[in-house]
Amino acid sequence: MTARQMVPDGPRPTAFGPARLGIYGFLVVSAVFFLMPLYVMIVTSLKPMEEIRHGALFAWPANPTLAPWIEAWSSACTGLKCEGLKVGFANSVFITVPSAVLAITIGMVNGYALSLWRLRWSSLLFGALLMGAFIPYQVLFFPLVRMLAAIGFFGNLAGIVTVQVIFSLPVMTLLFRNYYASLPYDLFKAARVDGAGFWRTWRSVMLPLSGPMIVVALILKVTNTWNDYVLGLVFAGHRYLPMTVELNNIVNTTHGEREYNMEMAATLLTALVPLAIYFVSGRWFVRGIAAGAVKG
Amino acid sequence: MAHVSVRKVDIAFGTVSVLDQLDLDVQPGEFVVLLGPSGCGKSTLLNAIAGLLDVNRGQIWIGGRNVTWAEPKDRGIAMVFQTYALYPQMTVRENMAFGLKIAGLPRLEIENRVREAAAILQLKPLMTRKPAELSGGQRQRVAIGRALVREASVFLFDEPLSNLDAQLRNELRVEIKRLHQRLGATMIYVTHDQIEALTLADRIAVMKDRRIQQFSTPEKLYQQPANRFVAGFVGSPAMNFQAGVMERADGGMRFRSGAFELPVDVMAHTGTEVELGMRPEHILVGESEGQDEGGMPATVEMVEPMGAETLVWTSVAGLPFSVRVDQRRRLSVGQKVSLRFPSQEIHLFDRETGARL
Repeated sequence: MTARQMVPDGPRPTAFGPARLGIYGFLVVSAVFFLMPLYVMIVTSLKPMEEIRHGALFAWPANPTLAPWIEAWSSACTGLKCEGLKVGFANSVFITVPSAVLAITIGMVNGYALSLWRLRWSSLLFGALLMGAFIPYQVLFFPLVRMLAAIGFFGNLAGIVTVQVIFSLPVMTLLFRNYYASLPYDLFKAARVDGAGFWRTWRSVMLPLSGPMIVVALILKVTNTWNDYVLGLVFAGHRYLPMTVELNNIVNTTHGEREYNMEMAATLLTALVPLAIYFVSGRWFVRGIAAGAVKG
Repeated sequence: MAHVSVRKVDIAFGTVSVLDQLDLDVQPGEFVVLLGPSGCGKSTLLNAIAGLLDVNRGQIWIGGRNVTWAEPKDRGIAMVFQTYALYPQMTVRENMAFGLKIAGLPRLEIENRVREAAAILQLKPLMTRKPAELSGGQRQRVAIGRALVREASVFLFDEPLSNLDAQLRNELRVEIKRLHQRLGATMIYVTHDQIEALTLADRIAVMKDRRIQQFSTPEKLYQQPANRFVAGFVGSPAMNFQAGVMERADGGMRFRSGAFELPVDVMAHTGTEVELGMRPEHILVGESEGQDEGGMPATVEMVEPMGAETLVWTSVAGLPFSVRVDQRRRLSVGQKVSLRFPSQEIHLFDRETGARL
């Protein structure tokens, strides 16, 4: 058989050889591997307990039911109370919303001041702040508990929000400092010549340009706060335990038979918020990260 | 119209000194260009005049007022930047009105000023657009408009045309010159482009190494460069330089470099090490070897057509000289010609200090 002589012309032909096949095969297997647990969780959460007892882990539910979801949301027992996850959900919202708004706002102003105003000690200050990002929280728990208790911020909503804001400030500041530093410095100079001061420049010139970075910060901060367990456990007090802690309480509190379907539903419910955020804003997330790279 | 005076200004970034004891006096209504290679401190000086940068020592006076400690907005200046620096989320109109709004001017006054500036710069059809929807030239016109509405007495331009392509640069250059004639305001303009400097300026300050090397009119800069650096920096194609020594001969002075000898009018000690400077356009090309009285034999080594003129690279007694000739003049590589060096066009610089002899 003679090889047909090809004249290179136009787009290069894509070769679909064994190597390519191997890559795709590997990707498919990996995808299945990682999706399997999710699949099991979803089908289990939709099965009544009798079906689960049969032990067919991968089987499609014969009589799909939403009862486990409803139970998880409104009547599952978290320790002594049996009010479901809805209390934890509300708590997590109460914690996440103000701490995200505060952390992002303060991080933005910090980043703006540190990147554009070039004050005498700003690089030193920024270095110290960055160090903060690397200190493991656990080291700070005891002193922080004592400090917050002293000003009445321990074991309540204000306490957990304060802690959440403090711990995310280094990263938020870093994010915005680098973003503002990537904007043309002339823009800042133009605003100064136009007579805008510190706040006016931020509000009228920098803030409207911060959109992409705000989205990135929002995603980071919301998922981080929502997924937090240990800060909530230590600082939130009984009344404001976040959803993650409540989920743990549900899963670890067993009266008689273990209700796998309800526990799966509860876990999925807890994971829903970060998941939804990724799905909705993934596009902006990528755009926001890329926006830092190119100058306007 | 205001007088701008920079008095003994030092600026340093950390331990790196950028400006050293710098003095600059700009007359009211004058167009002064700060010209120099990148890193010479010209933008630093402009930013210091604008108040965007603090000086380490010295004073800055604008319009008879010591503004050394004043905020940029209180200095009576307006500024145009290389990167346009338009506020991306505002329309052209909002961009131009921003500073006036901050200053708290009445709405009617703002509208009038913006309308007037828009008319001067032919921006009317663009008023509701955002900067992203404008071309580079349009953006820079808006930036000029934003400076215009401030009705400042001093305009500062920081390499405003450097980001534009050649044709737009020429158009806007003319526009800026026209603007200066119309407003009569004091203008200080930073550039590294000598064509811009020579065409726009009443006076040019050539800067290098933290200092002003020469501050004079474009003509003087071209005809009598104060030192070797200015001579080499101003003029395109660049001046020819040849190192040599001074000698006394036949009751006059001669420049000598190997077999190359040239009588010169300058008085200097015999043996002084000097550099001879000769602009390509001042060397005269004779027909051919021997025919021209007093000409030096030369060989054409390379020919660069540049449109209106042709740059011819020649070799005279082993030394290379570039010569500018009319494009109609047909010269080919290897051709023998004779060159004459008119003595009134010869520049001599001390090789040690670089100063003009």
